[in-house]
Amino acid sequence: MSQQLKRREFIKISGAGVGGMMAGSGLLQAVDFSNPQTDSEELIERKGTERTATYCEMCFWKCAGWVYKKDGKPWKIVGHAEDPNSNGRFCPRGTGGIGAYTDKDRLKTPLIRVQKNGKQVFRKATWDEAFEYIARKMNIIKEEHGPDCIALFTHGSGGSYFKNLLRGFGSNNVAAPSYAQCRGPREEAYMLTYGEVVGSPERTDMQNSKCIVLLGSHLGENMHNGQVQEFVEAVAGGASVITVDPRFSTAASKSKYWLPIKPATDLALLLAWIHVIIYEELYDKEYVEQYTYGFEQLKASVKHNTPEWAYPITTIKPHLIRETAREMARYAPATLVHPGRHVTWYGDDTQRVRANAILNALLGSWGRRGGFYAPAKAKVKKPQIPDYPEFKRSWRDAFPGKYPLANLAISSGICDATIPTPERDCSFKGWIVYGTNLPLTLPQPEKTYEAIQNLDLLVAVDIMPSEITGWADVVLPECTYLERYDDLRISQGRVPTVALRAPAFKPKYDSKPAYWMDRELSKKLNLQHYFPHETMESYLNERLKSIGSSLEELQQIGVKRLDNLYSLYYLNGEDYTFATASGKIELYSTLLAEAGYDPIPKYKAHEEPPEGYYRLVYGRAPMHTFGRTINNPHLHDLKSENEVWINRKVAELWGIRDGEYIILENQDGKQSNRIKVKVTERIRHDTVYMVHGFGHTDKRMRRAYNKGADDNALISKVHVDPIMGGTGMRGNFVTFKREAA
Amino acid sequence: MARYAMAIDTKRCVGCTDCVVACQTENNVPVGYCRDWIVEETTGTYPELHMEIRSERCNHCEDAPCVRSCPTSASHYADGGIVLVDHDECIGCKACITSCPYDARFVHPEGYVDKCTFCIHRVKEGKDPACVSVCPTHAMIFGDLEDENSEISEALKTRKHKTLIPEAGTVPHVYYLL
Amino acid sequence: MKEIEITSGRMNPGIDPVLHAWGWEIPVYLFIGGLVAGILFFSALFFLRGKTEQYPTTVKRAPLLTPIFLAIGLFALFLDLTHKLYFWRLYTTIRLESPMSWGAWTLLIIFPLSVIWSATWFKEIFPEWNWKWSFLNRLDDWFTAYRKVLAWSLIFLSIILGMYTGILLSAFNARPFWNTSILGPLFLVSGLSTGAAAIMLMSKNKAERQIMSKIDISLIGIEIFLIIHLFMGFLASIEVHVQAAELFLGGPYTAVFWTFVFTLGLVVPLIAELLEWRGYHIPVKVPAFLVLIGGLVLRFIVVDAGQTSRWLYKFMQ
Repeated sequence: MSQQLKRREFIKISGAGVGGMMAGSGLLQAVDFSNPQTDSEELIERKGTERTATYCEMCFWKCAGWVYKKDGKPWKIVGHAEDPNSNGRFCPRGTGGIGAYTDKDRLKTPLIRVQKNGKQVFRKATWDEAFEYIARKMNIIKEEHGPDCIALFTHGSGGSYFKNLLRGFGSNNVAAPSYAQCRGPREEAYMLTYGEVVGSPERTDMQNSKCIVLLGSHLGENMHNGQVQEFVEAVAGGASVITVDPRFSTAASKSKYWLPIKPATDLALLLAWIHVIIYEELYDKEYVEQYTYGFEQLKASVKHNTPEWAYPITTIKPHLIRETAREMARYAPATLVHPGRHVTWYGDDTQRVRANAILNALLGSWGRRGGFYAPAKAKVKKPQIPDYPEFKRSWRDAFPGKYPLANLAISSGICDATIPTPERDCSFKGWIVYGTNLPLTLPQPEKTYEAIQNLDLLVAVDIMPSEITGWADVVLPECTYLERYDDLRISQGRVPTVALRAPAFKPKYDSKPAYWMDRELSKKLNLQHYFPHETMESYLNERLKSIGSSLEELQQIGVKRLDNLYSLYYLNGEDYTFATASGKIELYSTLLAEAGYDPIPKYKAHEEPPEGYYRLVYGRAPMHTFGRTINNPHLHDLKSENEVWINRKVAELWGIRDGEYIILENQDGKQSNRIKVKVTERIRHDTVYMVHGFGHTDKRMRRAYNKGADDNALISKVHVDPIMGGTGMRGNFVTFKREAA
Repeated sequence: MARYAMAIDTKRCVGCTDCVVACQTENNVPVGYCRDWIVEETTGTYPELHMEIRSERCNHCEDAPCVRSCPTSASHYADGGIVLVDHDECIGCKACITSCPYDARFVHPEGYVDKCTFCIHRVKEGKDPACVSVCPTHAMIFGDLEDENSEISEALKTRKHKTLIPEAGTVPHVYYLL
Repeated sequence: MKEIEITSGRMNPGIDPVLHAWGWEIPVYLFIGGLVAGILFFSALFFLRGKTEQYPTTVKRAPLLTPIFLAIGLFALFLDLTHKLYFWRLYTTIRLESPMSWGAWTLLIIFPLSVIWSATWFKEIFPEWNWKWSFLNRLDDWFTAYRKVLAWSLIFLSIILGMYTGILLSAFNARPFWNTSILGPLFLVSGLSTGAAAIMLMSKNKAERQIMSKIDISLIGIEIFLIIHLFMGFLASIEVHVQAAELFLGGPYTAVFWTFVFTLGLVVPLIAELLEWRGYHIPVKVPAFLVLIGGLVLRFIVVDAGQTSRWLYKFMQ
């Protein structure tokens, strides 16, 4: 069985031992009616309900809540009133989290890829077999290439144990797509400007904002719970919202100003706003004087960036640019120019977000009420583990001289560095992929597939049979967050909090928690000293003791709030030294200047769609988290496929009707799956929009399979941010094709 | 005697559908069915647009056509004007479904007709209906119209509001704050 | 220019994207109800007018079919119920506000009445016939003696039954196409017309066929008048009624309605019957058959179109 499989085939359908065959057409009827409920008046006594503390894993916001059981059966999940991330109210994904547990398509046992009758299939394996297999392959790679030729891709709570294992093994190549494919440019831009990152949950003080500026942020459609709550509180309180978006988003519908900007020109608008605020002397003079560095250079640099200059670029009328700039200044410093979250758009993203950071500095909103507050984070010591061995090489060695300011590993870079080239002496040989579905996550999926072909080992750890598991040598079925302990949730916010995740149910099938997997695997690799605690319970108990609490207490209360020793607003005249080279807020970035980049952002035009093509932008729907939740029975019900939004006039031009299915083809001839058309007034004529995460190709996800289209398949062109390696994904253009009859 | 009603703040509602999921799990509504839903209504032409987002459900009408058309009294008014279906009296003739101008009713896979109950089981315990209790943006208010000081009475006194198709003459008790 | 674009997260089967609460069962049931009402009405009427021997098919033979038809109709209705084991709940209460309720009660009375009415004619149709038990014979004699009472009851109940098949639908304010008081009389007249057509098909007596044909001519005339009146009413009404009418005036039901119901079901039989009256030789079966088919199609279309027409959520169509 140890034979080397020449070329990996994507294993599409149930192989030898997987799951069991599809249950015919009954898949949507798979409903449990054993507990019918009558709603007549002689109703339900609340008998036999019990609750377990958890924090949600349906997205990265990690709201704390309670899982309820009724008569021993899963019932519902509701928010924890003491939890600042949710304020006791979950979003639809959190509420629908119960579906992650009940989904019958879950991975059920460990699987190992084998050759059978000339075909690659998965065979059911025991956990021990799976660990043996992985350990043996890891050791071979270590001997032949070095331990650092194994990389980890991770997204989600359980990734930390794999990180620990891999570091103990000798590799520090740990990447999360949340960096280079999402918010990396934002964190680097704020780091360069303020010496601090924005972080997650964002330190934005929206509930106190009087004016909120959103650039492409579709709050409400991206359902980052606490943030959306604060946004709506601000709206209900009469805050003036300025939304810049080529699409009339939910947020735009709540706004005083909607600026339907021509996509890819946001930086021009930001520079024009900066121009107006500086030249109309609307900026916070004392704040700028006391805290910032490089104002005169900035003033000189934006001299020509007048609203009139920006008008033909952005299509936003000069008087509107002026009016909105004045609106921001009127409410400053309680004006928040939101830094965004998914900002890897056009390849100059660090520079664009720098302009955003600079605008906030001119308005004096950083460290002030209604702008950005100082986030508090609970300090809870981690139990000691031995030092990791020295890391000899890192992913950075694969890209000499590139991405100098990237502070985290670039997942797309690791993918690139897996494909051997003559110049490189070593490529990655092993991947461990935890909870991230790379083919639908990294742009240019062909590249991902090519990289996969060069691997000696691909381990996928997942709950669902997502696409990546079809390419894996070993698949490890993780149990859902409702069936396991995990490390404490310690996220930043106004109040330091600690939240517990305890198992509400026993793991279904033969699925296991990631901690257990890593501890067992560590034994096979002689690394068990990195996992001194036999169970999570004892780990958590020891950790909680350091703050005078215990596992037992957390099981009772779920969330523990600690005192915040620092002030939320710290730049109202107080002395402060920023962690930048100049010790000030750097309007002029010395670091960028040294590295040879524009120290002050400059607008450069981006490629425009050719005739007959439209710029593809993508986003989120409130009931889904990327592709991860599409198969969830509750959430699939709410949105089972995505639509491509096409402006009504454009649709008329093409003779495309609302509700019909078409194919999208991009500038490189890449075609999408069939997708339903939404003909709408709510989008610019030069842009089309779709929700990301649909168009699954793995049949084992019976609900999600083949529904809607995957935007990622159309992102074959990537504009890489030279500063930090972020992958700009909005430079792709599509045209419309009829479905083949 | 109470008169229960609900108000949806269209300014606050972002259409996230949490109310729909919460109802499904709270009331064990089978997958593939829902007792409440979201409507986004956009008017105007680009770029002059207006959008109203509503969480909709049974309107628990004062003069409910479903109760009138029911041949067996399965559909009836319960305490506080809540319109309910008694599953053991429902024959599944679907007259109530066709009589509802809001299309709020459906046939449960077990055969009886089902719809929103205002979570009467929770209301009796003094709680808000599940949808109201989970709404992340606090876009829903539930309460007693007979109580002048209730949050909902207060909201209807101070805010502009409407009901859906009042011209159908059913006197709905789900209000939309504008 | 204003336009409305709506998206929804609703997914209840049978409700969305268009209402489909009632399938084939209800139109079949409504058709049979009308047909039975027609047959019983004419049977009782001609009996009371002393034409029993002159028009034996109308008075004696045709009613024999009505219990069978009613059983089929009730079975169709039963099939439509989704909570079947609870159907008896219909008869634990009388709800006058609900047409479904008083329809159910009407059927409960008219069904045995149709059995009795037919039974009293058995011995006349089949001279050899003998009710095996003497008490049945005595019962037969007793009912035969009270035929007049039976006939008056039948006239009264058959009109209720015929009207009810239309009122069942027109009581639904929520479905603009149904929500017109024309539907009751229209279905009554259509029911009488199909009853007359059924008698024409069964009768071997030329005079009987001719009188039924003449009656049918006037019924069809009234029907055409009512249909025109129906659309005039809609078009002069509020928006949802106008939209309901448009389903038939350019909308999806235009072709099927004006071809099968109006032309083949009404105009052609009317012309055929008029021509026959004038002495042209046209087999009576042709118009009679067309009237029956037209009546059936009418009910299918009305039930379907009514469900398509709604106040809200037109976007989902």
